[in-house]
Amino acid sequence: MNITFALFLVVVAITLVITGWAARRTSSAVQFWAAGRTITGWQNGLAIAGDYMSAASFLGIAGLIAFNGYDGFMYSVGWLVAYLLVLFVIAEPMRNTGKFTMADVLAYRMRPVPVRSAAAAATIAISASYMMAQMVGAGSLIKILIPGLDTALKPFFGWSLFGVHLDPSITLVGLLMMVYVIAGGMVATTWVQIVKAVMLMSGAVLLTLLVLLYFQFNLGSFFDHVASVKDKATGLPFTDPGILYQYGKTQVWGMDKALLENVSLGMALILGTAGLPHILMRFFTVPDGRAARGSVGWAMGLIGAFYVMTTFLGFGAATLLGKSLICAKIVNGKCASAPNNNLSVPRLADFLGSHFFGTFGGEFLLACIAAVAFATILAVVAGLTLAASAAFSHDFYVNVIRRDTHVSEGEQVLVARITAAGVGVLAIFLASGVGASTNAAALVAGLAFVIASAAALPVILFTLFWKRFNTWGAVAGLLGGTIATIVLYSLGPGFGAVPPKHPVFPLSNVGIVTIPLGFLCAVVFTYVGELVRADRLAERRFHEIDVRANTGLGAEGAAPVPVIVAGE
Amino acid sequence: MESKAVPGAGSRVEVGVPDAAPALDASRWEGLEQTDEFRRLVAARVRFVLPATVFFLVYYFALPILNGTAPDLMRTRVAGSVNVAYLFALSQFFMAWILAWLYIRRANTVFDRLADAVRRRARNGPDASAAKEVRP
Repeated sequence: MNITFALFLVVVAITLVITGWAARRTSSAVQFWAAGRTITGWQNGLAIAGDYMSAASFLGIAGLIAFNGYDGFMYSVGWLVAYLLVLFVIAEPMRNTGKFTMADVLAYRMRPVPVRSAAAAATIAISASYMMAQMVGAGSLIKILIPGLDTALKPFFGWSLFGVHLDPSITLVGLLMMVYVIAGGMVATTWVQIVKAVMLMSGAVLLTLLVLLYFQFNLGSFFDHVASVKDKATGLPFTDPGILYQYGKTQVWGMDKALLENVSLGMALILGTAGLPHILMRFFTVPDGRAARGSVGWAMGLIGAFYVMTTFLGFGAATLLGKSLICAKIVNGKCASAPNNNLSVPRLADFLGSHFFGTFGGEFLLACIAAVAFATILAVVAGLTLAASAAFSHDFYVNVIRRDTHVSEGEQVLVARITAAGVGVLAIFLASGVGASTNAAALVAGLAFVIASAAALPVILFTLFWKRFNTWGAVAGLLGGTIATIVLYSLGPGFGAVPPKHPVFPLSNVGIVTIPLGFLCAVVFTYVGELVRADRLAERRFHEIDVRANTGLGAEGAAPVPVIVAGE
Repeated sequence: MESKAVPGAGSRVEVGVPDAAPALDASRWEGLEQTDEFRRLVAARVRFVLPATVFFLVYYFALPILNGTAPDLMRTRVAGSVNVAYLFALSQFFMAWILAWLYIRRANTVFDRLADAVRRRARNGPDASAAKEVRP
């Protein structure tokens, strides 16, 4: 515990130094939200990787693979392939037309007040549900690493709010994260994300090498061991698909339920990334479209390499430990609490360290991995909070509430910081309600990615590529996609440890219904808007966004002084 | 509501951009959109992006669909305990890397050159011929 705490403090100290250095450079809005547009392609690539690979990736996916074998790998595959959509149709147009947020792009063509309001609502919904999953991971992590802390804080959390007992660990981590985010701007966030990406990659490479070393770098023997682990319920070996998604068992709407779940998940994974506000926002930090494109290339290399390693971590935990040894509390080599798949990687680190370097080695490696996980969560939440605060303060406050008056730079940044605090509190509250045993990856993919692909993606795509698209369609797509997803998710079985027996909606992954619904809302209401002749400017303004998105003509360059950056 | 300048765009954005040249109003954007240079750029992009997108979507969704509908095929062991399902999933990574590399290579050479031509046209005015190339 002492090493863990020391390393945790080191991470905190590094973050604070970066934040302090960045805070002095962050006075204007363009610096607070876009780091002055001076981040280079490869730096942004690292930062995207750091922004994207969250607790859900590091702890969540490995946990799903450790408990369910092959099927957990589907998350890794989807989350990398998704970047092709980002690269082909999102990164450059975003950079070429946007300022700070997704809504800037929409507002080129649409009536700014309704679309900015709707986009801000969707952005906050995505960010809050994404952050919730991060906190679930953080909560279970702190429980295993500093068990005394949770117990010590418990007496102060004896009350409940709307029937939800706030979880001490989650609250503590949430508050801590908010402090960093509010103090730093995009400059701090970018560098925290870069440092974290390097830490995370190093941690994953080290653990992968140790897993392989355990099997004397014999991949054949490694996979033989994985295949010898059998799932209790289905009897399938861990290398086979069908454990998490038990095909051919239950029918829904005349189709195989497991197949529907898996395809539905795939849709959210592959389409959601292109609508994630905190990822889109990263493209505003580079000087031009060429750098935006190059940064996706760098990010894909890193993210892909990491996700391939998730199989070694997950399968490694499955073979070397197994479900019965992965939990928060271990007494005399046995689990004294319920299994928690988010803890597979920390437990694996503990095991490998002890195996190769003795008891101290185990403690030390566990502490290192915990520090990496903390850095991971901090970096991701920083990005999310920035995105959410930009949505509220830039889109809603500056351009809706105060649209007729001048808002000073200082006031914009102040409002952004206040919003960041609000989003943090909301996420703590929601995460406490969900509970720390829910798998972080399943949760983030089941909610945040679905809202992103059902609400944000259709509207972004139609704004860029569909001439007839108008304000009605945009608002309907944003609100329809968001509301449909949240409603259906809460009616469905969800991803909790004990799913309800008879959920109103049969699927946990609701994307297969709500993503087409989001697109449909956008199309149908565009025609309705046309019928009532509500918005005749959107079509005329399409020409401007079409030319700008494709050429980068008139795009806002690096600020305040033009910085010459050779592209990638 | 429409009284405010086009948000996110407006007049301010031209500042600091060396090649933005004269402020472009709505009709000039449309004029630029109709030029041969711009059409060539969009056509070149569509020629790559459309088939590549269709390909990666089909390739990606084949994985969950085959896992669900052809479990025996996917569970077939290929080398030792490594099965088709794992290799197919792994191949998705290489598919993504290769497509990304092809896109970036083409964009850095072909698309950027075509976009430069549009920008030159914008500088020289929509009526200027593409031959009158003057780099600043």
